[in-house]
Amino acid sequence: MLQRLYDWVDERLDITPLWRDIADHEVPEHVNPAHHFSAFVYCFGGLTFFIIVIQFLSGMFLTMYYVPDIVNAYESVKYLQGEVAFGMIVRGMHHWGASLVIVMVFLHTLRVFFTGAYKKPRELNWVVGVLMFFLLLGLGFTGYLLPWDMKAYFATVVGLQIAESVPVIGDLAKTLLAGDPEIIGAQTLTRFFAIHVFFLPGALLGLLAVHFIMIRRQGIAGPL
Amino acid sequence: MQRGKGMKFVGDSRVPAEGRKPNIPKDYSEYPGKTEAFFPNFLLKEWMVGAVFLVGYLCLTVAHPSPLERMADPTDSGYIPLPDWYFLFLYQLLKYEYASGDFNVIGTVVIPGLAFGALLLAPWLDNGPERRASRRPIASALMFIGVLATVYLTWESVENHDWEAAAEQGQMLDEEEAELADQVDTEADGYQIYSDQGCIACHGDQLQGAGSAGPPLFDTQYDVETIKEIAVDGIGEMPPGQYDGSEEDLETLAQYIANGGSPDGGDETGGDDAEGEETAEDGEAEEETEE
Repeated sequence: MLQRLYDWVDERLDITPLWRDIADHEVPEHVNPAHHFSAFVYCFGGLTFFIIVIQFLSGMFLTMYYVPDIVNAYESVKYLQGEVAFGMIVRGMHHWGASLVIVMVFLHTLRVFFTGAYKKPRELNWVVGVLMFFLLLGLGFTGYLLPWDMKAYFATVVGLQIAESVPVIGDLAKTLLAGDPEIIGAQTLTRFFAIHVFFLPGALLGLLAVHFIMIRRQGIAGPL
Repeated sequence: MQRGKGMKFVGDSRVPAEGRKPNIPKDYSEYPGKTEAFFPNFLLKEWMVGAVFLVGYLCLTVAHPSPLERMADPTDSGYIPLPDWYFLFLYQLLKYEYASGDFNVIGTVVIPGLAFGALLLAPWLDNGPERRASRRPIASALMFIGVLATVYLTWESVENHDWEAAAEQGQMLDEEEAELADQVDTEADGYQIYSDQGCIACHGDQLQGAGSAGPPLFDTQYDVETIKEIAVDGIGEMPPGQYDGSEEDLETLAQYIANGGSPDGGDETGGDDAEGEETAEDGEAEEETEE
């Protein structure tokens, strides 16, 4: 039954090459912790992806309650945290996931660096990976403001001051992020919300796809 | 693969009618070593690693609920800010003399630019064919130093931060206080004066105070006379001359505050409101400041 369904789709869409890439490809011995325990370092990338998926899902649920304006933002987070069933868990996962994803990306980067996996022909994949690291830092920075509590607000004030102090582009960058050359307020919150929920995740999804397509095209770097 | 004339397609699509790959799983014995299929063999193992990780993750979430401080108050100029922990290394870097002030460019652009630029361009900076870390000592050493520097800066930042003060300054009102703040009557005349005189800037829109800028007033222990004095002469960090209005309004304001922002003290009955007695005790609270 399943086979006939597959064949029916395959006849129309020729999905077998796709299936090969997604599921039916070889996992070499040197990256398999079942054979060499030290190969657990090759899990960091997968775990990073796992947390990113959790961040997407928990974030989607958070936006069901979150209201991005300065009057209601704090109250909506407080309500979500205190009143909504499992709200505390969902917000907790998003909060801790933000930290864990940085930790895992850091470990993944070190693994790739110290195994020399970024050498020819995988230079471009390294660059894409570093760009995603920057995106994750950006997501952390913009997401920090959204609960609109004291530490969120003042961390953002400091962050934007640092951005402003950069020569030449500083003022423009701050205005772009905050929505105003001076005020950090209503505009800033909506901009950070938009950046955190639409711009950066969109870019992240695109780069993730490129990252994975390149891995499948090139395969995993061989053993040292 | 056959191309060009004579090809048959499925309908009017571009999917070839014949010559498609048969969906037969690969025989992994042809590969060197103990290679196995990603799906489902290896994925199941990964799934187990993921499950263990998820349990740890959930324990963390349950044991440490995500923090929430009181609502952002841009007027609290005394708040000690702190970014999330993964930005602490940059934050700490900007505290050093030669990376801040006149040398700000070094701290904000040069050092982070070099570090992140080198990270981005690593494949071209370290472009030899050798992969083992021990056989490319310069690249490995630079990365190692970079990691050490990041860890050290983060550590220093954590050490220098006053965590207790930070926890205190952001605290939300507890239930009892929140109830008191809720009872504050913002329709009363006293509140109008409170707002017009700028007391609101440091003592909050519900007399709840604003962190280090001003203490809460809804449970003040001062009596009406003392409050009048403090409003005019200041106390502690509160400078004198904050009140600037008529004697009559001062009376209304003091009554209003002494009553914890309840309407009884704030209405038009003026001078001789008896409600003042319940607050006629001395305490440690301070009084209003302006702008």
